[in-house]
Amino acid sequence: MALLDVQDLSIDIGGIKPLDSIGFAVDKGETLGIVGESGSGKSLTALSIMGLLPLIGGRVERGSIRFDGMELTRLPEPDYRRLRGRRIAFITQNPMTSLDPVIRVGEQIDQVARLHLGLSGSAARRHSIEIMERLRIPEAATTYHNYPHQLSGGMKQRIVIAMALAANPDLIIADEPTTALDVTIQAQIVQILGELVREKGVALILITHDMGVVAQACDRVVVLYAGRVAESNTVSAIFASPRHPYTQALIGCIPRNAMERGSLVGIPGLVPSVARYPAGCRFHPRCTRSESLCEREVPVLERLASGAEIACHVADKHEAAHA
Amino acid sequence: MPSLSPLVTIRDLNKIFESRKGLFGEPRRMTAVNQVSLDIPRGQVTGVVGESGCGKSTLARLVLRLLEATSGSISFDGVDLLKQSHGAMRLLRRRMQMVFQDPYSSLDPRYTIADALLEPFKVQGIRLTTAEARQKVEALFAMVGLDARFAQNHPHQLSGGQRQRIGIARALALEPDLMVLDEPTASLDVSIQAQIVTLLEKLKHELGLTYLFISHDLNLVRYFSDRIVVMYLGRIVEILPDAKAAPRHPYTQTLLDSTFAPDPTQRRDISRLTGEIPSPYNLPQGCAFAARCRHARPDCLSRRPVLETRSDGHAVACFHPLT
Ligand SMILES: Nc1ncnc2c1ncn2[C@@H]1O[C@H](COP(=O)(O)OP(=O)(O)OP(=O)(O)O)[C@@H](O)[C@H]1O
Ligand SMILES: Nc1ncnc2c1ncn2[C@@H]1O[C@H](COP(=O)(O)OP(=O)(O)OP(=O)(O)O)[C@@H](O)[C@H]1O
Ligand code: SF4
Ligand SMILES: [Mg+2]
Ligand SMILES: [Mg+2]
Repeated sequence: MALLDVQDLSIDIGGIKPLDSIGFAVDKGETLGIVGESGSGKSLTALSIMGLLPLIGGRVERGSIRFDGMELTRLPEPDYRRLRGRRIAFITQNPMTSLDPVIRVGEQIDQVARLHLGLSGSAARRHSIEIMERLRIPEAATTYHNYPHQLSGGMKQRIVIAMALAANPDLIIADEPTTALDVTIQAQIVQILGELVREKGVALILITHDMGVVAQACDRVVVLYAGRVAESNTVSAIFASPRHPYTQALIGCIPRNAMERGSLVGIPGLVPSVARYPAGCRFHPRCTRSESLCEREVPVLERLASGAEIACHVADKHEAAHA
Repeated sequence: MPSLSPLVTIRDLNKIFESRKGLFGEPRRMTAVNQVSLDIPRGQVTGVVGESGCGKSTLARLVLRLLEATSGSISFDGVDLLKQSHGAMRLLRRRMQMVFQDPYSSLDPRYTIADALLEPFKVQGIRLTTAEARQKVEALFAMVGLDARFAQNHPHQLSGGQRQRIGIARALALEPDLMVLDEPTASLDVSIQAQIVTLLEKLKHELGLTYLFISHDLNLVRYFSDRIVVMYLGRIVEILPDAKAAPRHPYTQTLLDSTFAPDPTQRRDISRLTGEIPSPYNLPQGCAFAARCRHARPDCLSRRPVLETRSDGHAVACFHPLT
């Protein structure tokens, strides 16, 4: 069984149902990408796993989230608190919201190790500096004493990652960890996260809307559309032979090297808001292949022999026997 | 085409900002745009790339004289811009327009969309009858592919992509020759970005526009531009004569190496990428990229390379270019 296994998860926030029956799994040493346009439910998926829905007045309505054999949807809050930050770490999009402006950055990393690993004074400091060095923070022992405002955006994001690593978590959920950063810094952070997965066997959920980052870093990909899984597959299959019309359209939106001008195709229309999800397949008003069935019936997520999953009435679900 | 003179000719343009570090700190000077010389050919897309803070937006605002240059010259269709009076400048502004990065803050929330589209006429003192105004608004809506029923809506009732279309429509209202596009899609989903880029392509063909297109996304700039200007810390370090040209400056190569292709078969090893951008307040005396450059030799640290143009139009400021 995978380290994290999410099945049939539906959530409710004050009568609104932003996630409908989503599922995926991620194991140690694996990177799962969650992609989709703004509003598709990526961050709420992260909040659900972290058990933080009550903070925004939401709750799990149905389904299961199993982590290392534990059913998280029924986990009492005190137990959840021991898990959060210790075994499951969360890296949020805006590093400033995770950093305390009046505490030296190194001490903020210490605090995590103190709380979760019981390290004290100088042992915690040594531990922090070691992690900072692993993240290639230059002059780590000096940077340790800096306050957040003295650091660049990319450096602050690395401190946030260091805090996430301080308790040696088994699972890291990174919600758009590089969106606000320059490409050269983004590339370094994607590289660092990849090394953690390969060398420390961490399981990583990488939430992003950047298909380039997905192609570079992920093993599997879940494509969300309007709170449902459209397709999930290995990263090579998603890019080489996307099956769902939405995945195909999404890939057609990305300017690529050697692409002729005029060949970029957008997706007509907009992502619907939660209150106005259309009946049937939620993608049908924007889909170039929709049929009348698509307007009436929700396509179920079908699992193919290869492990690919797809929710579409018309997509090709035939799997050639590969030589 | 080549016989036509450039629409805009920029020579030795400089912009120095003075500020204080903290309330009582020392006054500091920084050169946001440094000795920039550039031609913007008619009917073409000149792309500008570079990381945050390299001076892209400052250059854009200088070109439209929304910001006063410290020194240098800008000629627009043969007219020396920096010598024009305010009145003459206002008339010239009809011919040059800007689309801003943030579709949320560039529209006044108190006005309807129709008011926003008619504002440029008011500013220019052009009187329109009610019928003319309605016609203009309808034509502009049609041009950017928006339903005219949005005319009486306010900006907050529109999506980001719709707002950006309005920003483009407003820039088109006075039928300009030059459009300066400052990261027009940076805050949008890729699906909407593809819609906007396709729209910009169509408008350019139909109206014979000249674009200065600014972005930090090298893949997007390479897709959209005829020529690419690469900036680093206020200076032009390379001008690629066509979008497919191989980079000659190590910084451009670094940008390229940090840009992930949406293709898992083209993964990159980026472990060699290092270093952060130096502070613009305290630039080294040699090449500003030397500290991050793998090709740097002693001369790079002591002298500053100037931009030199080859016969094929490829310009690079580097002592040891890659080709
Ligand atoms: N606290 C909330 N109450 C009600 N609806 C919410 C709440 N938070 C998010 N939503 C809605 O749920 C949907 C999914 O939101 P979510 O933040 O998960 O999207 P996302 O995929 O992370 O988007 P982005 O790429 O913009 O971060 C959106 O339509 C959003 O408006
Ligand atoms: N009004 C100002 N006063 C002082 N410094 C300024 C001012 N405007 C810009 N700067 C500085 O000038 C430099 C260039 O800024 P600019 O906005 O042109 O960069 P940019 O390339 O557009 O960056 P981004 O990609 O983040 O938009 C930055 O270091 C910025 O902090
Ligand atoms: S189910 Fe129909 S509408 Fe939905 S993606 Fe497939 S073809 Fe398009
Ligand atoms: Mg989000
Ligand atoms: Mg800018």
